[in-house]
Amino acid sequence: MSFLSQNGSAILTLTIEHLWLTGAAMFFAATIAILAGILLARSPRWARPVIGIANILQTIPSLAMFGFLLPLPWLGDRAARIAIVALTAYALLPILRNTYAGIRGIDPALVEVARALGLTSRQRLFKIELPLSASFILAGLRTATVTCVGIATIAAAVGAGGLGELIFRGVASVDNRLVLAGAIPAALLALGADGALGLLERWTKVPAA
Amino acid sequence: MTTPAPIPAIEFRDLSFALPGGHMLLDGISLTLEEGSTTAILGRSGSGKTTLLRTVNRLLEPTSGEIFLDGQDARDRDLIALRRSIGYVIQEVGLFPHFTLERNVALVLEAEGIAIEKRIRRAHELLAAVGLDPATFARRYPRQLSGGQRQRAGLARALAADPPILLMDEPFGALDPLTRLEMQQMMRSLLERFRKTVLLVTHDLDEALYLADRIVLLDSGRILTSLTPDEFLRSAQPDVRAYVRAFRRERPGETSSGPAVDRTLPEAQA
Repeated sequence: MSFLSQNGSAILTLTIEHLWLTGAAMFFAATIAILAGILLARSPRWARPVIGIANILQTIPSLAMFGFLLPLPWLGDRAARIAIVALTAYALLPILRNTYAGIRGIDPALVEVARALGLTSRQRLFKIELPLSASFILAGLRTATVTCVGIATIAAAVGAGGLGELIFRGVASVDNRLVLAGAIPAALLALGADGALGLLERWTKVPAA
Repeated sequence: MTTPAPIPAIEFRDLSFALPGGHMLLDGISLTLEEGSTTAILGRSGSGKTTLLRTVNRLLEPTSGEIFLDGQDARDRDLIALRRSIGYVIQEVGLFPHFTLERNVALVLEAEGIAIEKRIRRAHELLAAVGLDPATFARRYPRQLSGGQRQRAGLARALAADPPILLMDEPFGALDPLTRLEMQQMMRSLLERFRKTVLLVTHDLDEALYLADRIVLLDSGRILTSLTPDEFLRSAQPDVRAYVRAFRRERPGETSSGPAVDRTLPEAQA
């Protein structure tokens, strides 16, 4: 109990930091990937190369990714910037892939009717395509968020803070309590995000006709 | 000297459509559709029926040739305005699953920015016209409807903006025979009520005979014949006869009285 009373405020601060890193990265990743997904759905011949690039980003080991970004100008000045850029890169693929697949997966008859009714390209996007693919896009967002909450613990390696700091300190001092103090809140965050986005996903799902 | 012919509602002039590989789906189609007439396009699968239909609202752009709508080249019209002035009904219906029926039916009006009360009133009017009681159906979702009810709603949607032209691609092809018959009867009374120029793609000779003023037989992207229903049944042309025979196959023991055009309403079968 004394452990908690000693470290409680640190855990809280680092949890908030963790949330901020993940949240900022998710915001950027969602903006970029949803826009890119919409564009790719309109010109599918670019889909393979662009999704390929996002795929490659995903395969870079996270520690190496943070290392690569460290020497870059501006980015390297602040550890949080590195962390956010790296996390954004990891979050792109699931959101991009799901946005693209979600829009492309809409029943062709519906797409054709939307065109034939004389909906403008913008009306088609906002009235038909996005509502019908929303649950797909949210599923991508969910996968990306859970992944990012986990990878964000590595960000402590470059001094970006977050719950990883407790884990790294615990590993260095062979103190399992510290490791758990970082790992348990991180796991809870991941579960919470998973649950909340899962609900939203179910809520936006359009039942099949 | 003859009096000048009225301007046709739809006129295809030497229209061709080729796939990127060079395969011709439509090959030199010239056809005139009078205003207020119904033209049925018959032909085998792959003969170019649907392709022809889709060039009218420019879902497909022909490789060569022109389409004139009311004497005006379709390419000179604004694409969005053109499509909103043409009703489109397909076999799959394509009702949007996330919208209620009233929103589906009035979607074109919504796209035009018409006030919601007016839209809803129009949607209810049309649902009633196609035999779907608005009090029961307006707030339902497409998944809560039977196939026939969906097709009715699809028809209501096509009529929402009161378009002068209706394109119908095998609209009743997926329905059971009794529902199909009901739909054909409703279609005919609707056409008597609202004057529309209709281009109807169908596989069903009976449907063509019942609904159309003119039957066009398409083969490999070319027009084989363009005849009235009477002429179609009497034609000695081998292709036409083959088509008629495929539908009016005699059963052993039946006498050959020959098919007759029946333009009276068939009795509804309960």
